[in-house]
Amino acid sequence: MQIYKSGVVTDGVKHSMNPFCEIAVEEAVKLKEKKLIKEVVAVSCGPQQAQETIRTALAMGADRGIHVEVTGKDYEHLGPLQVSKIFAALAKKEEAQLVILGKQAIDDDCNQTGQMTAALLDWPQGTFASEVTLEGDKIKVVREIDGGLETIKINTPAVVTADLRLNTPRYATLPNIMKAKKKKIANMKPADLGVDVAPRLEVLKVEEPPQREAGVKVETVEDLVARLKDTGRI
Amino acid sequence: MQTSNSSPYNMANPLRREVVRLYRNLLYLGREYPQGSTYFRERLKASFMKNKDVTDPEKIKKLVAKGDFVIKELEAMYYLRKYRTLKKRYYDPEK
Repeated sequence: MQIYKSGVVTDGVKHSMNPFCEIAVEEAVKLKEKKLIKEVVAVSCGPQQAQETIRTALAMGADRGIHVEVTGKDYEHLGPLQVSKIFAALAKKEEAQLVILGKQAIDDDCNQTGQMTAALLDWPQGTFASEVTLEGDKIKVVREIDGGLETIKINTPAVVTADLRLNTPRYATLPNIMKAKKKKIANMKPADLGVDVAPRLEVLKVEEPPQREAGVKVETVEDLVARLKDTGRI
Repeated sequence: MQTSNSSPYNMANPLRREVVRLYRNLLYLGREYPQGSTYFRERLKASFMKNKDVTDPEKIKKLVAKGDFVIKELEAMYYLRKYRTLKKRYYDPEK
C-alpha cells in the first residue's frame, strides 16, 4: 500500500465489494427468496470498476443494477455525505421501501452513509443489524450495541445497515456471474439525480500510525515513578 | 481439450461437460487462493491430468462430486478468512 501525503494511492489496486455491503446484499436476496420483497436493486457509485462490484451483487441474486458514475477528482473526494445524497435521490426515484447497506466501509471506516441517508429521507433507521424481520409494514431489527443487543421496531420505508453477524454471504460463483450478465445495469451521473458531489471536507494529511515502541518492565513502584519522571510523563 | 472418437471418450462424453465445468469453476475460485492463483492452477491441472484416463462413468461421477466438495470447502475457507479478519479488526478488544 502506498501512502502519499494527501491520500492512499488506489490506481491498479484490485477493488472488491465492501464486506459489510456483501452481507447487506445477502440479506436483501434472502428477503426476496422468502418472497417478502419484490425486487433487489444493487447500487454503486464510482468509476468504471464499480460495475464489477454491481455484477457481483447481481451474481448473488440482485435483479438489476444502477451504476452512478463518479470519476476523477469527484471520486477522490466522494464521501458519505455525497453518497447518501445519491442514495436518497435514488430511493425516492425508485420508490424503494428498504435501503440496506453495510454499516461502514472498510477503507474509510466512516459509519455514516446509512445514517445520513435515513436523515435525508426522514426515514427511520435500524443500524448495526444482526437480525432483520419483516412484520407487516414494520421491520423488527436486532442491533449490535456496546454491551449487548437492542431490539427495535421501525416503520417502513426504512434504512438498515448490516453488521457482521447478520448472515453468511454466498460466494458469487462463476456460473452465477455468467447468468448475471443478462441482468441490466443502468448508468447515470449524480447530476441526473440533481445531486452535487462537491466535497465539504478537505484531507490535510494521511500518515502511517507511529511505530509502537516495545514496552519496558520495571520491578517496583518506585522504579515506575522514576521512569515516568525521566521521560517527562509526570 | 481434445476428445477422440474412439469408444472410451464417447462413453464419457455427457460427463465431459461436467468435468470442463468443474475445472472452470475451480479455476475461477483459485484466483483468491492464499498461496497464489498460479500455485493453485498448477495443482488443479496436475490433479485433473492424473485422472485423464479414467473412463468408467461411475468413477468420473465420483471424482466430479469430490471436485464439487472442494468447491464448497474453498468457499467456506474464503468466508471464514474474511469473517476472522473483520472480527479481529473491528470486534476483538485490545489485548
